[in-house]
Amino acid sequence: MPLKAPRTSMPAQDPAERSHNFKEVALGYTAEMAKTEASRCLDCKNPLCVKGCPVEVDIPGFIRAIVSDDMSGAVDVLKQKNNLPAVCGRVCPQESQCESKCVLGIKGESVAIGRLERYTADWDMAQTFKAPEKPEPKSERVAIVGSGPAGLTAAADLAKMGYQVTIFEALHTPGGVLMYGIPEFRLPKAIVQQEIDYIRALGVQIEVNAVVGKTVLVDELLDTEGFDAVFIGTGAGLPNFMNIPGENLNGVYSSNEFLTRTNLMKAYDFPNYHTPIKIGKKVAVIGAGNVAMDAARTALRLGAEESYIVYRRSAAEMPARHEEIEHAEEEGVQFRLLHSPIAYEGDEKGQLTKMTLQRFELGEPDASGRRRPMPIEGDTVEMPIDTVVVAIGQGPNPLVPHSTEGLELTKKGNIVADEETGVTSRDGVFAGGDIVTGAATVILAMGAGKKSARAIDAYLNAKRDQ
Amino acid sequence: MYKIVRKENLGSSVVQFDVEAPKIAAKAKSGQFIIVRLDEQSERIPLTIADYDREAGTITMIFQAVGFSTNALKTLEAGDSILDVVGPLGTASEIENYGTVVCIGGGVGIAPVYPIARDLKEAGNKVISIIGARNEDLLFWKDKMAAISDELLIATDDGSAGIKGFVTDVLKSVMDRENVDRVWAIGPMVMMKAVANTTRPSGVKTIVSLNPIMVDGTGMCGGCRVQIGTETKFACVDGPEFDGHLVDFDLAMRRSSVYKTEELQAVEHDHQCRIGGIGKCH
Ligand SMILES: Cc1cc2nc3c(=O)[nH]c(=O)nc-3n(C[C@H](O)[C@H](O)[C@H](O)COP(=O)(O)OP(=O)(O)OC[C@H]3O[C@@H](n4cnc5c(N)ncnc54)[C@H](O)[C@@H]3O)c2cc1C
Ligand SMILES: Cc1cc2nc3c(=O)[nH]c(=O)nc-3n(C[C@H](O)[C@H](O)[C@H](O)COP(=O)(O)OP(=O)(O)OC[C@H]3O[C@@H](n4cnc5c(N)ncnc54)[C@H](O)[C@@H]3O)c2cc1C
Ligand code: SF4
Ligand code: SF4
Ligand code: FES
Ligand SMILES: [Mg+2]
Repeated sequence: MPLKAPRTSMPAQDPAERSHNFKEVALGYTAEMAKTEASRCLDCKNPLCVKGCPVEVDIPGFIRAIVSDDMSGAVDVLKQKNNLPAVCGRVCPQESQCESKCVLGIKGESVAIGRLERYTADWDMAQTFKAPEKPEPKSERVAIVGSGPAGLTAAADLAKMGYQVTIFEALHTPGGVLMYGIPEFRLPKAIVQQEIDYIRALGVQIEVNAVVGKTVLVDELLDTEGFDAVFIGTGAGLPNFMNIPGENLNGVYSSNEFLTRTNLMKAYDFPNYHTPIKIGKKVAVIGAGNVAMDAARTALRLGAEESYIVYRRSAAEMPARHEEIEHAEEEGVQFRLLHSPIAYEGDEKGQLTKMTLQRFELGEPDASGRRRPMPIEGDTVEMPIDTVVVAIGQGPNPLVPHSTEGLELTKKGNIVADEETGVTSRDGVFAGGDIVTGAATVILAMGAGKKSARAIDAYLNAKRDQ
Repeated sequence: MYKIVRKENLGSSVVQFDVEAPKIAAKAKSGQFIIVRLDEQSERIPLTIADYDREAGTITMIFQAVGFSTNALKTLEAGDSILDVVGPLGTASEIENYGTVVCIGGGVGIAPVYPIARDLKEAGNKVISIIGARNEDLLFWKDKMAAISDELLIATDDGSAGIKGFVTDVLKSVMDRENVDRVWAIGPMVMMKAVANTTRPSGVKTIVSLNPIMVDGTGMCGGCRVQIGTETKFACVDGPEFDGHLVDFDLAMRRSSVYKTEELQAVEHDHQCRIGGIGKCH
């Protein structure tokens, strides 16, 4: 195969059609496409791609197996490092991780590692389910707080080591943001469900409707409930608002509420599902990250005639994944860049009717390296609007941090934990994922769960030997 | 699954369930609430913990059938199970010995005020309770309330029980006759607003329990936000109890009516299904 062979594109649902349904947008490779794409990999001796992967998947290893038609071998290699490959293959920001390091990317296009990962995981899911082998059981019990990617990964790894693991989840469904945040059309819930079933098959108990800090405290898990260690992976579940006039009008949602109603509560299927959502003709989403793209695309699917991304910087600074921005554009999402709301107004019933936008220009780069948005004095514009979704980031939810004795917190309220081990200021308590780092990515949360699982094993081994 | 061990109809639209939920019963405090989900299609429905029995491991919920979900809940019988019950959520009432306290329960608000009045009594307060509703059919727990109150006063809009008038009329006469140190008022938003306006001139601290539309109940969605003085608060974690003199009741009432159209649509859709009509039914 010549070096210059182009990257194999992945089929997708037609934009005109998909912008009205919640079915998955990207359709995945066929066996033939996967093999063609896999053959582009140079099987490097010193594979740089692996360095770009937070969980160090043996990328050339699983790709080599695809080339030689050994799909179950590919699955084995992948699953050694990644408990949720079908999820990561879909939502990892590959272009800034593994694929950004691939040597082929220097002169041409990098190998489509994410798409191959997805193909391999999907192949595996289509096979008849084999219960994983159970290891020699250990006597210690570990409690995991939160069932997002950090918690699920820590749980799976600890279960594989033989520990007795129980996950405590506040909501009625496990999965964290994978279930309540990321929409069905980007990450089908059936896939997350299968990954969770696999983790249950490893022997992990999942207790839903358990709000740690309310139903049970971390201190009680350790002192009276008989757990030997606790991992906290409660995510970044506190919506930021802008505190501008009119933000409490009907029609202004946080992205969390908007997406939770739609995804977790399935408001898109109202009234068959009983949770309502209100969607006007004209929707504006404030922000330009993955969350904002998800909300803007969801709005179209819920019937909005116009859906806008309103962002105070320019296109170059938009933090969302490339593919998501492209998909949003194709579906008809419009971009109001260098604008940000400063006030909302409503009618006599308290329903939002319009917003005032401040115009911005870009100044010098700020601490994040992105050019700082500067308001243009006196330059405002009014925009009639029915629904606004505020997607400007998340803070740490204080329920667990504030109800646990002796847990050191940052100024913002995140838990202070060692990056390599998740060790906190409290003996026997580990933490990782968004609750430590602030809103980040699925794969980083999984990486943190993995590292903590190793550290918990070391901690319990040391205790046992004492 | 959470089993309903006892069901009692407390009038034509008000129902009491005692439900097996030992972990919640062990932790529950007055002022807190739970969220229930009937089945897979269900909304998450917040309800106050009206009582609990730590030994039996049960909690009591009392609800009025007002719309689709509460009417669906009402069809369950003793022995049936509720799919999800989560709690206890929210902060507990601040129980202290304040002196003389007036506890006001309007309609289904009698249920949440009961454990608070009981705890205030146990803490040494003189408890004067006022319960009220549109008519006698909507009143319940008269005996239970009387048993834990120094005095129980009743008001109905139509005079079918107690005096004819509003709970605020009764409150005014109590405040005219004796010194009151604190007031608790739980009931419809208009009632809580009226009570807050009644006590405002004298500055008697008045606690109300807000029931904005909620989803998760853990501070994650911000849908339950309410305006308290100059601050926006999330009722599910910062409340549900707030200083009534600081609450923006008009905003809260407008926010509570945001889904009126959809709420009617849900009932209508269900009706169509029942008469063997159109559409996809479950
Ligand atoms: C809409 C959206 C789109 C995103 N898109 C992407 C993407 O494309 N790619 C990507 O890599 N990342 C994406 N992210 C970010 C990514 O989802 C998060 O970084 C990741 O989920 C963090 O994992 P976590 O395990 O730390 O926490 P979460 O996934 O937030 O899970 C935390 C879990 O803990 C539970 N919990 C919280 N408090 C308690 C408590 N007191 N007791 C018990 N349980 C509790 C929560 O209910 C939740 O289930 C997106 C995020 C959102 C919101
Ligand atoms: C903290 C709290 C405690 C409550 N305690 C009780 C109680 O002890 N007994 C009781 O009868 N009711 C209580 N409620 C109100 C109860 O939750 C609503 O009556 C119920 O959700 C209505 O659902 P529905 O589908 O039957 O009616 P709908 O027709 O859907 O709604 C009727 C009205 O109820 C309110 N409502 C609708 N959905 C919600 C929701 N998800 N959360 C809150 N309010 C909603 C709205 O104002 C709406 O206009 C409480 C609410 C809160 C927030
Ligand atoms: S897990 Fe993510 S970063 Fe790692 S190889 Fe897979 S797609 Fe790339
Ligand atoms: S760097 Fe690129 S070409 Fe080399 S092994 Fe990794 S994916 Fe293959
Ligand atoms: S109900 Fe979601 S934050 Fe209060
Ligand atoms: Mg309803």
